[in-house]
Amino acid sequence: MIQGVQLDMLSADRLSKMTSYEKIRLILDDVHQGCVVVLERGLTPEEQGKLLEATMMEIAPGGFSGIEIETYPSFGGNEKGLFGKIFKKGDTSRMMVIGPVDQLKMLSREKDRLIAWASAAQ
Amino acid sequence: MAAFLRIKGFFNKLFGKKRSRVGIYGPPNAGKTTLANRIVRDVTGEALGPASEIPHETRRARRKEGVEISAGSGSKLMIDIVDTPGVTTKIDYHEFLEYGMDQDEAVARAREATEGVAEAMHWLREDIDGVIYVLDSTQDPFMHVNIMMIGIIESRKLPVIIVANKIDLPDAAPQRIKSAFPQHPVVEISGLEGNNMDALYAKIAEVFR
Repeated sequence: MIQGVQLDMLSADRLSKMTSYEKIRLILDDVHQGCVVVLERGLTPEEQGKLLEATMMEIAPGGFSGIEIETYPSFGGNEKGLFGKIFKKGDTSRMMVIGPVDQLKMLSREKDRLIAWASAAQ
Repeated sequence: MAAFLRIKGFFNKLFGKKRSRVGIYGPPNAGKTTLANRIVRDVTGEALGPASEIPHETRRARRKEGVEISAGSGSKLMIDIVDTPGVTTKIDYHEFLEYGMDQDEAVARAREATEGVAEAMHWLREDIDGVIYVLDSTQDPFMHVNIMMIGIIESRKLPVIIVANKIDLPDAAPQRIKSAFPQHPVVEISGLEGNNMDALYAKIAEVFR
């Protein structure tokens, strides 16, 4: 049997048809199964807050430990800086990667590049 | 300007405007409780809660009502201070075993910490009027949890002060925090040593008025 990590890549089109709750439920269900979820259009700040709350409710000592979540950072070259870039109007929907914290580790964040390491569930 | 503030104060008193509730937020071990204790002690002589090097020492939000902040210019502001649990996307009880806890203690702490993070987010959604976001100056400010929290605070249009804490440590690099948050006021302090607290009080009086 092939060992590996399942990537679930969700298109912006599919995400646009889902409610916030549906997105969060889909992400957490996938992550619970050991999948790494890649969103073509990332969650809004409000949705990220709800995802965080839902994640906390589902953490179980000895079981699910939470999520790793990342979007592209952007360094320099803009008077608004990193956060102004990420959250300015029209730019709130950058690609987002979410996975189980015990299987997905961010190795580095570079301009326009995220380097992550993923391992199969134990 | 002074006349305007006097008139505003008069109407606030007349119509019973509530005090601003200022939440102290940030990732675990950024020095939130140490800062909250410093502010409350400077004003009232009391402490708000215990601080420790073990992450998630604060697992319940704690509120101190009626803290009068005095800025150097003579202006004063009455606020409520809410010290909140550190915000994170992950909590693993094994982390606490490294600090000498037994398994039962560590599991209990992890459970309480998850509830604490959810509680902190609930306060932010429902009951907070302004935020002091505390960051450890020796750590990477670009962690996603910081990006996410600042995004949430901005989306709610809450006034925010970024605190670059722990500037007394040799590895402190508060300039990284300033370059990451150019759109918000950043104040460099040491909550532990009490360095530059006057600048923070002046900024609190200005931003949360």
